[in-house]
Amino acid sequence: MEIIITAIIVTGVIGLISAAMITIATKLMFVKVDPRVEKLMSILPGANCGACGFSGCEGYANALAKGEVAANLCPPGGNDTYEKINELLGLDAGEGLVSKTAIIHCMGDTDTMKSKMIYNGISTCFAAKQLYGGQGSCSFGCLGFGDCVKICPSHAICITKDIAHVDIRRCSGCEVCLKVCPTGVISVEKMPVHVAILCRNTEKGAIVKDKCGRGCISCMKCVRECHAGAIAVNESLAVIDYTKCDGCGHCAEICIKKCIVAY
Amino acid sequence: MEFDFKSLVIIMMSAVLVNNYVLRQFLGVCPFLGVSKDLKSSAGMGLSVLFVMIMAAAATWPIQVYLLTPNGLGFMQTVVFILIIATLVQLVEVVLRKFLPAIFASLGIYLPLMTTNCAVFAVTISNINNEYTFIEALVSAVGAGLGFLLAMVIFTGVREQTAAADPPEAFKGIPITLISAAILSLAFFAFEGVIENLFK
Repeated sequence: MEIIITAIIVTGVIGLISAAMITIATKLMFVKVDPRVEKLMSILPGANCGACGFSGCEGYANALAKGEVAANLCPPGGNDTYEKINELLGLDAGEGLVSKTAIIHCMGDTDTMKSKMIYNGISTCFAAKQLYGGQGSCSFGCLGFGDCVKICPSHAICITKDIAHVDIRRCSGCEVCLKVCPTGVISVEKMPVHVAILCRNTEKGAIVKDKCGRGCISCMKCVRECHAGAIAVNESLAVIDYTKCDGCGHCAEICIKKCIVAY
Repeated sequence: MEFDFKSLVIIMMSAVLVNNYVLRQFLGVCPFLGVSKDLKSSAGMGLSVLFVMIMAAAATWPIQVYLLTPNGLGFMQTVVFILIIATLVQLVEVVLRKFLPAIFASLGIYLPLMTTNCAVFAVTISNINNEYTFIEALVSAVGAGLGFLLAMVIFTGVREQTAAADPPEAFKGIPITLISAAILSLAFFAFEGVIENLFK
């Protein structure tokens, strides 16, 4: 009987001392946490995609609570999240949400682009890129193994005929795909995007023509015909300046190779 | 106090390699499989386990020797030790949050996991069962922690390879992880007898 009482006393005392230590330590080392951070965390989608420029939703919530950043940096959350953040922080929703979308600048699918070899290796773009720049004859284009498909948090990308396509309605503009694409064939543009040049090949026109049926051959036709002066050709590749483009869609109609596409 | 350097080295090396807590005694396998996906988090987990093991060994040894054994309370060992380890982990968490918020942020998730990590508990128990002195107990805790860290880091390397490889559909995910863990464990069985013969 005595041993049971000793055991109870010893364990009880150790427990009490532990409890006292934790209580004192917590009181002494109390860290003030902004209560809004937790609320902001519950508002944010929690995808930790990094579109806001922070490492995760928590980083963005912290910065928001401190008032360091704008509330419109979370594309995955959409307008709903934006309004809730403004409501919580007492800001007015003047600026509007910056909505973005990813564009895959390649049209060289299995029908239009010649392949230079049959690749039987590990089926990721990253691995395929290591071997002579991939199986397609054009080393600027989409490899089609879908590294971006696997990583896309909004399931907005699909592969057809070895080319990735983005569903603009689903894309949140988080730029995650940008980081995994070994060719850098993806870009993220501010919405609305009316037209896009779906080619990244900077080789001379004659070489491109030989490799791919949908590649930009730098014929300069779009540059001449664009009434807004928004298209320029650099290094044998047409590029659209979206700050000037007014979205008339004329370039998509006249492009000889049909590598300019209207959305 | 007299230091027997050779026996300390033997205790240390055997805790790291021969009796590696994860790969030889299969203790603490949960974090071993759970947080070994990338090097940063597995090294963070390994280091925090190392730290908690040393703290726990230093705290439980005097309590066993000066409080439990003299009062004939050896049977309360499990309860008391778990109580102490949980308290320590809580304290470490509070201190880290206050003074080293960066480290706390990177360890945040793993620290509470340690409370119920059986590898930490096993170190404190085996220190008592082997009748180690205080210094020996500390050295064995350091060895156990380093062994855990070593196992975590090696296995992270293995997992990075299996993630890039393309195993058959049936082996994808958990199965291939368990198989590679088993092979790694077998590899550590090769250390059998190394320590005894090292100091002949």
